[in-house]
Amino acid sequence: MSETIEKLERLDKKRKEHEKKEIERSSIYLKIFRANRATGEQAHYDTVEVPVQRSTTVLDALLYAKGYKDHSIGIRYSCRMASCGSCGMKINGIPRLACYTKVSELYGDTITCEPLSNFPHIRDLATDFTQFFEHHKDMQPYIQNENADIKDPSKLSEFVQSPEDVDKFLQFSYCIKCGCCYSACPTVAMDTKFPGPQALAQAYRYFADSRDAATEERLELVDDRHGIFRCHFAGSCSTVCPKGVDPALGIQLLKGHMLGYSSNEKKIADLKERLMRK
Amino acid sequence: MEATDRNNREGLKAWLNPSRYGAERISYWLQRLTGVGLLGYFIGHVYETSSLTQGPDAWAAMLELTQTPMGHMILLLVIGMSTFHSANGIRLIFTEGGKGLGKPGRPDYPYDAVSLNYRQKSGIWIALILAAAAMLFGASVLFGGE
Repeated sequence: MSETIEKLERLDKKRKEHEKKEIERSSIYLKIFRANRATGEQAHYDTVEVPVQRSTTVLDALLYAKGYKDHSIGIRYSCRMASCGSCGMKINGIPRLACYTKVSELYGDTITCEPLSNFPHIRDLATDFTQFFEHHKDMQPYIQNENADIKDPSKLSEFVQSPEDVDKFLQFSYCIKCGCCYSACPTVAMDTKFPGPQALAQAYRYFADSRDAATEERLELVDDRHGIFRCHFAGSCSTVCPKGVDPALGIQLLKGHMLGYSSNEKKIADLKERLMRK
Repeated sequence: MEATDRNNREGLKAWLNPSRYGAERISYWLQRLTGVGLLGYFIGHVYETSSLTQGPDAWAAMLELTQTPMGHMILLLVIGMSTFHSANGIRLIFTEGGKGLGKPGRPDYPYDAVSLNYRQKSGIWIALILAAAAMLFGASVLFGGE
């Protein structure tokens, strides 16, 4: 109980420190990257002045600019509450969610908005996520267990998981696929075949799930020339993640299992079960 | 439209600019930079020692080059690079095996990544301090006089 109170006090202190850093302004300049690759339009920046309040997010400011200054600005967004992961973009050079970044958190009178790096560019602030989602799909992001046959309902069974079991993967299941980690990763920037932090963290998410039985297959998927060992722990993915997923942690833990540093608790549980049966 | 037309990859620029993402990214940059530097030194060292095959005079002439202030500065840089690369490399051997990173949990706002903890930052600072100390010791030996 005292630990929980201490944790809450610590979080409250952090929040207050965060609020102290806020900068009050009545207006800002948005410097927006503009280009349309389909028409061959050259890349340039448009600067627009936007009125802001303490709670204005970068997405609010962009939508104001789109609504009242220039209707042709291309942005992708949906939920406006950091749940859908659509509005990822580089804000002042760092990948962030526009709906989750308040203008008052950013220094300077000019805020630069650019499309996410490492994604093929479409138009203005919109990028193509096809390859990113392909990498995600390659990791087979679903539970694989012969007792959980979705085609035959009679085979379905209940899986028991303790809260401790859930804690091992829950953090990684908070990923909203916004692409901020993929954009910040220096390995993705150099290697097009590298799955990226998002996909590898998902590989760990299912690997660590006690319901999943495809451990060997998952390890084979990531153990490739362009696979998990191309990650050299720059930590940028975890720095920019807006949901606290910490992809770098999942990737290093998975590497630890592959190198034999960490004990695979699923294997131990399996062995125990076999011994019990004997 | 070809995908290459829309290419927006950062490429080499991504690791040449470490300023945006914190201490771990700077350490990543330094590890690569010192690695490339040490590779350059290794090639130079092989070239230097290969002069032995041309006789004692050629070897002595080559050694003369390293006994200049510029030669000493290069050696100092090599001492710093090798110390940082080794110390930070030892940290990375543990880190990349999942050691010293903490455990997955339930993240609370404002999110602080568990993996980018004080152990990592301390490890980076220790590597930097060791490199500086080794360079100071090297400087005292190389420039300390007779």
